[in-house]
Amino acid sequence: MATWKEETINIAGAELTVIRGGKGKPLFICHDEMGYTGWMKWNEALSKSRELIIPLQPGFGKSPRQDWMWRHRDLANYYLNVIREMGLDKPDVLGFSAGGYIAAEMAAASPEILGSLTLVGPMGIKPDEGEIAEMFAVTVNTYLRLSVHDQNCEEYGQMYGGEMSPEQFELFEDARAESARIGWEPYMFNPSLPDLLRSAANTKLPTLLVRGEQDEVIPQDCIRRYQEALPQANAVSISNAGHRCEVENSGEFISAVQNFLS
Amino acid sequence: MQIAHFTERPVRYVPEEPVLENRAFFGISNKYVDRQKSADDYNFYLDEACYCEEVGFDAVALNEHHGNPFCSGNVVNVEAAILARITTKVKIVIIGNMLPGVKHPLRVAEELATIDTISRGRLVSGWVRGAGSEQFFNNANPTYNREMFNEAHQFIIDCWTKEGPWRYEGKHFHYRHVNPWVMPYQEPYPQQWIPGVLSPETVLWCAEKQYPYLGLGTALGPTCDLWDMYADKSAELGYQAGPENFGYLLPVFCSDTDEKAFEIGKGFIFGGGQNAFSRPEHTLPPGYNSKAAIRMLASQPGGSWLGVSKAKLMASQEDAWDSAAFDSLKAKLIKGYEKVQENMQVVVGSPETVTKKICDILEVIRPGVFTVFAVQGNVSDKDRLNSVKLLGEQVLPAVREFADKQELTGPFDREPGLVKLAPGTKRAPVVNRDALEKLNLP
Repeated sequence: MATWKEETINIAGAELTVIRGGKGKPLFICHDEMGYTGWMKWNEALSKSRELIIPLQPGFGKSPRQDWMWRHRDLANYYLNVIREMGLDKPDVLGFSAGGYIAAEMAAASPEILGSLTLVGPMGIKPDEGEIAEMFAVTVNTYLRLSVHDQNCEEYGQMYGGEMSPEQFELFEDARAESARIGWEPYMFNPSLPDLLRSAANTKLPTLLVRGEQDEVIPQDCIRRYQEALPQANAVSISNAGHRCEVENSGEFISAVQNFLS
Repeated sequence: MQIAHFTERPVRYVPEEPVLENRAFFGISNKYVDRQKSADDYNFYLDEACYCEEVGFDAVALNEHHGNPFCSGNVVNVEAAILARITTKVKIVIIGNMLPGVKHPLRVAEELATIDTISRGRLVSGWVRGAGSEQFFNNANPTYNREMFNEAHQFIIDCWTKEGPWRYEGKHFHYRHVNPWVMPYQEPYPQQWIPGVLSPETVLWCAEKQYPYLGLGTALGPTCDLWDMYADKSAELGYQAGPENFGYLLPVFCSDTDEKAFEIGKGFIFGGGQNAFSRPEHTLPPGYNSKAAIRMLASQPGGSWLGVSKAKLMASQEDAWDSAAFDSLKAKLIKGYEKVQENMQVVVGSPETVTKKICDILEVIRPGVFTVFAVQGNVSDKDRLNSVKLLGEQVLPAVREFADKQELTGPFDREPGLVKLAPGTKRAPVVNRDALEKLNLP
């Protein structure tokens, strides 16, 4: 196993808990709206050639909430300052779901300091067809089940199976509350984002868009709209997988991302 | 004592099966709205309020909910404005305006000042955070619920007391020209009564503001605990809380005989009653409750809040509705109906039965405001009005006499916060726990 560690640092004006593991060029990862799920197969595979830097989103239980952050855009700008203050040289950025929204806002704000952008089932742009699935008016379990095509998938069981401990229950509630605080309205998108991404289109920031074929959280049209905003982007579809394609079909996911990053 | 009549103004024509099938009132499709019957209901409830005035209630109380046939009041200030004109004596008690859901406190300040002015000073203005489901209906960010509530409340008080024009730039609200040309008739502003369902934060806030706190049919034991908490805080702030600081709302239905009242009173459990107001995922939106409350819910697997437990929150909505369950569900509700009567959280019966039970309750919690919560469900005009008549003619005089003997001063008899307490002085009790014990509640 690659070594990974959790550390809490004071950076960019706030306390931040970060998971770091692996060696190589930095890969900055934004987890999804339900919180970091632990070191999975895909982390292990990517960490063989990359240093994975995964900040635990402020307000999600471990890193304290920052009241000045009103929107995902504010959080993205905070993360850009984290990258600057860590002295990371053009890190690649990978974001999942609402983490994809954050990553896209980072690319829109400062594409020149990033190496590339990988968005997996990204929120952030409102689709013309379909809707981003509702996460706040359903129970935790309903939303988690919606995020996979096959609930019997091994890593889904590892992440979300079994009886939930009080600590996990509280972490989910923290994650949902903070996601609601910054993403309630407009619901998990920024109407300006397609236009703001012009900067990343102009600099031709290498971009990969990934979506599980059976994703029920993000409609295919979200991907189309991202491609419209970022004409340089490549899009891949992961077979036999829902929103959490990185755990449902980790093989296909890992090779798509590795191919892109190399 | 001030005695008020409150009704949710239930939509009386809605069939029960879709409510049970939906497991809640909130979320039922408005395809069931019947425009003619709706007009009948709205007009009846206004007439019923006038009748309450006629038979001797001191106040009529009303509220609003959204997307929900449990309560037909959607815009409470509109109904209150009509009552301001068609009644002459009663206080008009709004419990309350949901400040975070309305999101426009300047407009609320104007509306309420208008109602107070038209009624020539009969408004009591209550404030609420709004139920969880209301945050979805109004798209009000639940994580800012309490912040928005506090900010909007202070802004409205400023609207009613500061000379304009002035500019306001807060966290959640912004106005560049505050200068309303209607001010409350009562100087400086109407009394504010705050309804609640056991949230300690709200109780402490009321004590700080010297606002009467209205327990909404909460169980007697926990109600005593919260009122002690209010009184302790008051003592800390230098005043003795008394009955004028407390109100209690109790589901009451009166008919000619106990049997008849029991039968018609089943309206309280129509569709599952209060506990079926909204499903757990709508009752507790993310961030709506304090971190402490969430932690309590997480660590007490058997515990619940507003009928919501951790287990219910963790469940998903995938179980299909089984129409065969209808009968067993109804049987369960009847059992619950009997239980809440044993707990004295619902009182139904003949005038004698109802009077006795109300007095027993008043002796324990000693409120200065007592509010009758009228029956829910599809109860006819005739039966509802008969209950109002029996209450007005037979129950109210006896309750008033008892309240006078017990010195249950209402907030219009003695201003809340008036009785000062020197620092270090032991406060007087605000509830009667011996009387609670004698009731021998299950």
